[in-house]
Amino acid sequence: MMVDTMLKLDTKQNTRRYENGRQQESNGRLVDLREVVKTYQSSAGTFTALKGVDLQVESGAFVSIIGKSGSGKSTLINVITGIDRPTSGEVIVDHVQIHSLNEEQIAVWRGRSIGVIFQFFQLLPTLTAVENILLAMDYGGQYPRIERPERALYLLELVGMADHAHRLPNSLSGGQQQCVAIARALANDPVLLTADEPTGNLDSKSAEMVFHLFENLAQAGKTILMVTHDNDLAARAQRTIKLADGRVVDEFTNR
Amino acid sequence: MNGQVFHTNTSESQPLIDLRNVVKIYSSLAGSVTALQGIDLQVHRGEFLIVMGKSGSGKTTLVNIVTGLDRSTSGEIWVDGAPLHRFSTEKAARLRGKTIGVVFQSFELLPTLTVLQNVMLPMDFARRYSVREQRQRALQLLQQVDIADHARKYPTALSGGQQQRLAIARAMANDPAILVADEPTGSMDSGTATAVIDLFADLVRQGRTILLVTHDKDVAKRGSRIITLADGEIIASETSEGIHA
Repeated sequence: MMVDTMLKLDTKQNTRRYENGRQQESNGRLVDLREVVKTYQSSAGTFTALKGVDLQVESGAFVSIIGKSGSGKSTLINVITGIDRPTSGEVIVDHVQIHSLNEEQIAVWRGRSIGVIFQFFQLLPTLTAVENILLAMDYGGQYPRIERPERALYLLELVGMADHAHRLPNSLSGGQQQCVAIARALANDPVLLTADEPTGNLDSKSAEMVFHLFENLAQAGKTILMVTHDNDLAARAQRTIKLADGRVVDEFTNR
Repeated sequence: MNGQVFHTNTSESQPLIDLRNVVKIYSSLAGSVTALQGIDLQVHRGEFLIVMGKSGSGKTTLVNIVTGLDRSTSGEIWVDGAPLHRFSTEKAARLRGKTIGVVFQSFELLPTLTVLQNVMLPMDFARRYSVREQRQRALQLLQQVDIADHARKYPTALSGGQQQRLAIARAMANDPAILVADEPTGSMDSGTATAVIDLFADLVRQGRTILLVTHDKDVAKRGSRIITLADGEIIASETSEGIHA
């Protein structure tokens, strides 16, 4: 696979240090959630989206998360990426206690460590494909400025979008936009990719193209956490976790 | 530049936006669709121009051509004296970065950056301000749109109205002469929409020029001029009491 061989070139060692985040031993687990509770307060009352979730993900795993709407899937992903904060419990990703960082520290940490992929792509409409990737590199600060344009084009090649490097997102199909968004997520060579319904807004052919890209990335050793409502796609990951009503209710290894 | 008299003439009497016989045809396997059939439109400094029309009438295509997010098939597009129709995608992006702030219906904020970082982001590209100035200016803009208290939060922690205020602050990051907004209140309840339109009206009073697409008649009333599109043509143009009332 092209992706496979290309990613092997991507050998930046994982020697990051976080001055502000306490290092935490987590037995080789890349993601370690302990008793995570998330309660939302609103004028209508309180709503508990996560009711004490424990979850461990090993480095290199491809894990799918399924569950009905409102089961807590997105909240779970959001506490792992630090976009949302747990009300209680611990969230440890790549030895960093996310819950002990402030918002700005989390943004810096996330920029370097996690590639985040959304259902609606979230590319900036006013920037070309390659500029969207360069932007992520600006924020990550992982690669010297002089190397960034070459790396951005390399990533677009990796996802099969090199020919569209200088096009604006609105001139690309949904599937193509998601491929560019995946290239952006890879910009800083993150240890973890998270994807919240990445194929949820795509026709079945584009969904297959995008999912296949995730499979190739998993084969190349990327750790992937993917929320999906598509059980057939979920079953193609190594492991599936099922949420209901804010709890992990089932968990199985596929194949 | 190519002996064009227009290019050198950017006086106050010259329109800030000047569209001349703009045609846009989309071609696909299923055939071709003419989205704009020869649009002539001049917008002067300080105008609050409302673009109305049914779905498919060409409203979004029209504003996308003004912002350079889409290219015309033929015709001329002059923005602040610059011939946008002759520009490459990259050159159009540079012009847009300096001269036009764009606001979208679905906000298009980056979920992985804080509110403050979202506003600083376009300044990074235009390099008009130093990093220290960027932070100060972003905070000022957040104050202006009344969400400075949320500077360190992420966009998803804000309400829809607040997210659109943030998007407006971001659109103003490089102090553009023109703001273009495509259905900016399209996903809001009427109270929230009114507050967002109040903000646009304030910006017009401060000298900003605004092009705003809407299908909401109450929103449209706030403009200084309303044009209506149908089948890719301007079928009506009326001045309104709007913000002067």
